[in-house]
Amino acid sequence: MAIRRDTICALASGLPPAAISVIRMSGPAVIDITERRLSVAKLKPRHATLVDLHSEDGDLIDSGLAIFMPGPASYTGEDTLEITLHGGRMITELALKSIMSAGARIAEPGEFTRRAFEAGKLDLTRAEAVADLIDAESEAQLGQALKQMDGALETLYSGWREDLTEALALLEASIDFPDEEDAPERVDAPVREKLGVLKSDLIQALADGNITERIRDGFKVAILGKPNAGKSTLLNQLARREAAIVTDIPGTTRDVVEVRLTMGGYLVWVSDTAGLRETQDVVEAEGVRRALKAAEDSDIRIWLYDARESFQSDQVRPGDLIISNKSDLVDPESVSRETLSITAKDGSGIDKVEAAIIERLGSLTQNVSAPIITRARHRQGIERALSHLESALGHLESGIGAEFVSEDVRLASRELGTLTGHVDPESVLGAVFSSFCIGK
Amino acid sequence: MQDDLNFDVIVVGGGHAGCEAASAAARTGARTALITHKISTIGEMSCNPAIGGLGKGHLVREIDALDGLMGRVADRSGIQFRMLNRSKGPAVWGPRAQIDRKLYREAMQEEILHHANLTVIQDGVEDLIVEDKKVAGVIGESGNAYAAKAVVITTGTFLKGIIHRGAERIPAGRVGEKPAIGLSDRLYALDLPMGRLKTGTPARLNGETIDWDRLEMQPADEAPIPFSYLTDQIEVPQVSCGITFTNTDTHETIADNLKQSAVYSGAIAGRGPRYCPSIEDKIHRFAEKTRHQIFLEPEGLDDPTVYPNGIATSLPREVQDEFIRKIEGLEKVEILEYGYAIEYDYVDPRALDSGLQVKALPGLFLAGQINGTTGYEEAGAQGLVAGLNAVRFGRGEANALFDRAEAYIGVLIDDLVTRGVTEPYRMFTSRAEYRLSLRSDNADQRLTVRGIDLGLVGPERADVFHVKQDALKSGRAVMQSVAMTPNEAQKLGWKVNQDGQRRSAWDYLAYPSITMMDVESAFPEVAALDQAIKSQLEIEAMYAGYIERQKDDVEALRREEALELPGDLDYAAVGGLTNEVRAKLELIRPATLGQAGRIEGMTPGALTALLAYVRRRPNRKRTANA
Repeated sequence: MAIRRDTICALASGLPPAAISVIRMSGPAVIDITERRLSVAKLKPRHATLVDLHSEDGDLIDSGLAIFMPGPASYTGEDTLEITLHGGRMITELALKSIMSAGARIAEPGEFTRRAFEAGKLDLTRAEAVADLIDAESEAQLGQALKQMDGALETLYSGWREDLTEALALLEASIDFPDEEDAPERVDAPVREKLGVLKSDLIQALADGNITERIRDGFKVAILGKPNAGKSTLLNQLARREAAIVTDIPGTTRDVVEVRLTMGGYLVWVSDTAGLRETQDVVEAEGVRRALKAAEDSDIRIWLYDARESFQSDQVRPGDLIISNKSDLVDPESVSRETLSITAKDGSGIDKVEAAIIERLGSLTQNVSAPIITRARHRQGIERALSHLESALGHLESGIGAEFVSEDVRLASRELGTLTGHVDPESVLGAVFSSFCIGK
Repeated sequence: MQDDLNFDVIVVGGGHAGCEAASAAARTGARTALITHKISTIGEMSCNPAIGGLGKGHLVREIDALDGLMGRVADRSGIQFRMLNRSKGPAVWGPRAQIDRKLYREAMQEEILHHANLTVIQDGVEDLIVEDKKVAGVIGESGNAYAAKAVVITTGTFLKGIIHRGAERIPAGRVGEKPAIGLSDRLYALDLPMGRLKTGTPARLNGETIDWDRLEMQPADEAPIPFSYLTDQIEVPQVSCGITFTNTDTHETIADNLKQSAVYSGAIAGRGPRYCPSIEDKIHRFAEKTRHQIFLEPEGLDDPTVYPNGIATSLPREVQDEFIRKIEGLEKVEILEYGYAIEYDYVDPRALDSGLQVKALPGLFLAGQINGTTGYEEAGAQGLVAGLNAVRFGRGEANALFDRAEAYIGVLIDDLVTRGVTEPYRMFTSRAEYRLSLRSDNADQRLTVRGIDLGLVGPERADVFHVKQDALKSGRAVMQSVAMTPNEAQKLGWKVNQDGQRRSAWDYLAYPSITMMDVESAFPEVAALDQAIKSQLEIEAMYAGYIERQKDDVEALRREEALELPGDLDYAAVGGLTNEVRAKLELIRPATLGQAGRIEGMTPGALTALLAYVRRRPNRKRTANA
């Protein structure tokens, strides 16, 4: 009844034609495939060997370098083989066909990493980092993914769990050893202190984590202002293409138009929004509503106004960029030197806008040296843990039984555990026995 | 074969596991034999004279809810009842009692010797009878062959048991008892995974030579709360225990002679329990402490023997004499029996299935200390499970299981067969994930119905149970039928949301700041309810919110428990498993995905691989246990 785990293969390099093609395979049939298609009995592990790859009928497909990595000391934990061939379309196609006819199948997206996770080679946060490494478009994304791959999140999250385990050890000692002289009878104070510190750590992490989430997902920059201020033109200039429709008719932009850019090494989503004004037009009103929502969710907000008018808004927050447009239409002397002034139409001053955005990005990220939160999943886990922690602190305050406090701490620990692994009762008991002399 | 030597179930051993196993089997109607080499030691308490405590008291209540013996026998012999943790909530109250050893033994023997369907036989057991690779009975020292469909072995520390005291070595089970060589050879021949453990015991003192007047005394609770749901009142006279402390003089004597301790001389390889260290251990590991507490526990009303709880030791006799007499109140004490450490082999319980049956030999069940546990309560709980499932095996029925969300018994068995032990296993409340629902006050509500279905519960208990259930039901109905507005509640000084929502007495009771006394004074209908019912309802209301929140967890647990892993699963074919994880899975052969997840060292990744594999399997047919 045994169903052998199957062997997977895939083109690991970019689409041919290219200089080379790297084909990777992983699974129990790797050695067999090596024998049948490369006519080599056994490849020396972790050495590049020149081999000939043959088709099912024994015809030569190509010569290339093969590297065999035996399990469990491989990325997936299974026997793995990588063959580097010439990067032609036909060679690649025939090579995959030959390998599949020898007992492999094409891997699903992410399947190699999934196998690495299943083999315990990576925890969940590291597995996520692999995907982020591959998807990185900006230096900042890459740097962060590398740190996460190196275990930055795992270390951070398990550190918090250890703090909770210590608090639990105190609580459990007071519950399970009430007769012991050494078991701390009054554990409230030290528990309250530990939980209090952790609570502020989590709150801080949720705040700072915003930034690391943005580094991964992209910072949001919204261009806001009255109709016909030139917002769409500015967007097109920043994007260096006609992303948004530009006309002279006020209210042309109805929906939010987003473009993805890298600026100063960061991924950024710049959005053009509907001009803000009172309107009877149902569609435009919805556009205004969406513009305000985009403004709310943005990290950086650019207020653009027509230099012939004066800028007024009660929605400006500290740190917002205020830019006057159409400066070619006014006397340069009349514009305040404090205000950044541009002419979006001919692109003059766009470099100054970019510099201002990059400067803002720099100040947003200056305090963040390592990833804290990079996915919504992490944020949810931490938020839930925090709410249990607050409940535990509330129980301590009201003097209700230690079992309630303990229950909440346990739940908080489990939430954090879901981010990487899990906490088990034995580790709590271990902490109890190592710190107290228990046993009458 | 003679009919009077022919049984459904044979239980070997008359300790706490053996008594519960025999009684459980007999209660279900099976023709049961309990074979012991000495009838007079049935129900003997070989270590400290106490039953219950945190987690352990919960187990006693659960055994009782399934109509087992331990709770009722303890109620007839308890001489100092105390409810531990009264300052905390009822979920973590631990019923505990000091026991008169003689009264306990007598009460247990009375139960066992007059038990329906149960024959007690005095004989040593020399060997198992194995037919068709299944156990078919046992051979006695007498030469008798006893036939049975299943055999439960509950022989404690008899496997290569060695007593250590200083340089003395005495092969033994307990002091004065000889180990059963033939049976142990047979068990070793099965080639089961084994480990070695140790445990220790203190000297026994003559209470008449203790200077009690100088010591702090700890009295019993004023109103002792019985273990058993069938006991109305404790009638045994209650006594106090003394409390004294070691001091720096004592510590010095022990430290000077540490090398003579069997444990510290390196003579003992087995691992001891972290929660019950010897006094040598305490002084060595916590050198900064200047004193350690000792409870002086009387072993009986008319027995002068005192058990000094807290100074287990394997030091030589003369060193025991010296350090004990340096303790306040014990300056002139007479030592009746010296303390010792005992080292023994146990069977790695991961070799057992969830019914405590040896996977390698169908029909053979193990319960108690032989599985690496410590404590009468842990032994009794295992005995009950093994006795019940031995009957079911003989009848061709699947194991009856209790899950972790249902009972401490479920936590105990699952921990043993899934995680194994590295020290003598003792129950703690912190081992139970669903501690707020697994309370000592509601063991009957959790388990008695199941006990009735399984045929374990007799008519007397069933009646008492149904009467109480009906009273609780109508009590809840009364509390839900009377109500008032938040405005009225505020006038009573209650802090509630002023949302205009009329709430029932039951809803108000769920507020942490509102007690049953408050509710009673506001609603005469509630005041009229029976006191015991009111107390129970108050506890229910207190935890209702948390238990509601745990429902999702419990459902997730049961979903994973429903995903069965076939007994012959080829873990090598699953792939993606590290050698370490695979070896553990092959040893334990978890019955369900949930159980697999609780194996020590199991990674989330490995579980994902297992889940994916099980989902891929074409035939997911249920595999019967029997």
